[in-house]
Amino acid sequence: MEIIRPGINIDIVGKMKIAFGASLLAIIISILSLVLHGGPNLGIDFVGGTQVQIKFSREAGTEGIRDALTAIGLGNSVIQRFGYHANNEFLIKTERSSSELEGLSDRIAEALAEAYGTENVEIRQVEVVGPKIGKDLRQKGLLAMLYAMVGILIYITWRFELRYAVGAIMALMHDVVITVGIFSLLGKEFTLPIIAALLTIIGYSLNDTIVVYDRIRENIKAARKQPLKELVNTSINQTMSRTILTSGTTLLVVLALFFLGGAVIHDFAFALLVGIIVGTYSSIFVASPAVLVWETISPSKEKGKQ
Amino acid sequence: MSGKNIKARVIVTLVIVATALFFLMPSITQNLPSAWKDNTDKIHLGLDLQGGMHLVLEVETEKAVESAMERISNDLKDVLMEERIRFRHLGREEGIFTTLELAGREERTAFEKVLKDTFPNLAVKTSQIIDGREKIWLELRDKQVESIKKFAVEQSLETIRNRVDEFGVSEPEIIPQGEDRILIQLPGIKDPQRAISLIGKTALLEFKLLDEEHSLEDALAGKVPPGDVIAYGYKVDQQTGRRTKIPYLLKGKTLLTGESLEDAKVTISDRFGEPYVSLKFDSQGARDFDRVTAQNVKKRLAIVLDGVVHSAPVIQERISGGDAQITGSFTMEEARDLAIVLRAGALPAPVRILEQRTVGPSLGQDSIDKGFLSIIVGSILVIIFMVMYYNLSGAVSDIALFLNIILIMGTLAAFRATLTLPGIAGIVLTIGMAVDANVLILERIREELRLGKSPRASIAGGYAKALSTIVDANVTTLIAALVLFQFGTGPVKGFAVTLSIGIVCSMFTAIFVTRIIYDYFVWDRNIKRISI
Repeated sequence: MEIIRPGINIDIVGKMKIAFGASLLAIIISILSLVLHGGPNLGIDFVGGTQVQIKFSREAGTEGIRDALTAIGLGNSVIQRFGYHANNEFLIKTERSSSELEGLSDRIAEALAEAYGTENVEIRQVEVVGPKIGKDLRQKGLLAMLYAMVGILIYITWRFELRYAVGAIMALMHDVVITVGIFSLLGKEFTLPIIAALLTIIGYSLNDTIVVYDRIRENIKAARKQPLKELVNTSINQTMSRTILTSGTTLLVVLALFFLGGAVIHDFAFALLVGIIVGTYSSIFVASPAVLVWETISPSKEKGKQ
Repeated sequence: MSGKNIKARVIVTLVIVATALFFLMPSITQNLPSAWKDNTDKIHLGLDLQGGMHLVLEVETEKAVESAMERISNDLKDVLMEERIRFRHLGREEGIFTTLELAGREERTAFEKVLKDTFPNLAVKTSQIIDGREKIWLELRDKQVESIKKFAVEQSLETIRNRVDEFGVSEPEIIPQGEDRILIQLPGIKDPQRAISLIGKTALLEFKLLDEEHSLEDALAGKVPPGDVIAYGYKVDQQTGRRTKIPYLLKGKTLLTGESLEDAKVTISDRFGEPYVSLKFDSQGARDFDRVTAQNVKKRLAIVLDGVVHSAPVIQERISGGDAQITGSFTMEEARDLAIVLRAGALPAPVRILEQRTVGPSLGQDSIDKGFLSIIVGSILVIIFMVMYYNLSGAVSDIALFLNIILIMGTLAAFRATLTLPGIAGIVLTIGMAVDANVLILERIREELRLGKSPRASIAGGYAKALSTIVDANVTTLIAALVLFQFGTGPVKGFAVTLSIGIVCSMFTAIFVTRIIYDYFVWDRNIKRISI
């Protein structure tokens, strides 16, 4: 079976302008959304707070929960349904956290037990993050992204050349910004696992990009006279089959995770899903053409030394 | 790689797979000979999968410094009075300074001698002449402050360990973090709130005399006699269950502390069947207690726990046995927990909760179930697809995939790495990505075949050309995983670990193992056509 015919030769590079335009649009929308929402929707991992995941054994609604919480002064907490409706699970989030031994989470649990009956309330998960740790994790998250990008830049420069590295980084930042933007548009929260997903997307998206770069390098060695533009196009087409396939299979498994993995890992799977799709697109339409753009701006000294 | 040494490579593969299975077995069944069990362990599940509590505490080391200063300034007062050096207004300011006023030169010189001889750790920070008298600010030397802080953290660690030990959690983890933080992990804990109370309670037990000479009302109004302190206790109405606060006027000086305790036990009172905590002092403590009770018969002695007056019974007679009791309206659990903290000792400084993450057991089991369902379904989808797309070659890749999963789980077990929910997601992801290496090789082989090369040459060429690409592509994901490992915590670290292990294993199975199968068919069996 073959999805992509061997002799395929789509003029990817010709469509470069359209692709860049689409990407630019997506990036602008992402940034706009971030600005309008006042930055990414940071979870308690990064801003500190208390989060309690509660399961009710019978039907419950956000109104009733809010009433119970107002009684203890937490009426303006965020109350969300978690998972499928039939689960009767809710997430209660507040920015406040208490460093006292008798914490907010216990008061929340007590208040709900009083309102709904202790047997009907089950605490599935509690997360309390003090402001110090929140700051710590913010820093760590940013540093992690930074180090990863730098590490990758160095590696690609070593294996290929600086301009390839720049093309790769541009594709990466494109992926990250758009994924963050989609999260922002949908109001989804940024937690530590989401940062992990972003880093994975970075690493993974690079796979595709490198496969194409490898092919470009191989083709350049074989045919030095040909203009770079043609070589790049050929390379992308030659690796198209493999790119679509790998992304396809990875997509399959991530979809399994997305639908079957449960509510806790749901957003994480979603981030991976978006990242893989956007990453594949950027590997084909952004990374390699970026190398071309770089070439036209500052062509390499020797034609042969590419 | 030549088509020969197939046997050698098969053996290498079998050995590696067998090793993985060796480490994996305990997670599947407990029916193993003890020698096997001794050297291996079930796969460690993260807190998010087995349920439990993760706690980060901060030891308020400044308070430890303040307490030390308090003790030293009391000692200083005693020594100055012994040496008959006249001073006025010896007190504390801002918690960390001791201040006093000296009359003149003579006193100052004598004072400095006392400092040098008896209190080398105190240093004069600054002094001022106020109304003709010299006011001196004293502070502890930096090195001393450092060592107090360090010791406070060490002692807190030790005390918390003792308390957790008594609590009976299997495989607790209590490790220092940074300069003043403690990380505690309690897997499988059923009552997290009780655990937190037990761990975080300062549990400072103090015995102080009640000041019955001065008026409590006056003190409450604002006129507290010098050296006295107001503390509160609670009284619970048996019928209504309501708690009322009761003030007490205590003499500031602490006569005995929990440090003098040798043991604390829960006993049931004969009268009402109520539990109470019976204390036993060590030999020095018993002597001190004997002295205190002898000097203060008919006076009231307040038992203060963490600044709250627990009870203030009248000293009926001199007690020389070194036994005492703490009564009060305890539940059995409260009494037991109090006995635990008294036995384990007081924390040298209060602790604050910086971070707490608790996962209930039901959620943990849920996550495990859903995680493994994803792995199974994901694998099936990929297996079917590979066979559909690449025919028998796809089946070969599937064998590699299956071995991959065994290797990953085996490696996790062997290294005692922790499997978390994101870790399971990492395995699922690796399944998808492992296919990548196989696809790269297979696509190359297809290309070579299309160019008209023989099966042997196509296979050799396919593997050779794909190799550098595979390595490059996987290394970048590996870099991302390593960064995550470095900066991540808990569940995220678990993800980084399984991702890294998965990448390495998948490279091994894709490059080494599948090659064996191909080589067998192409060299030993000499087939003319590859089903791809």
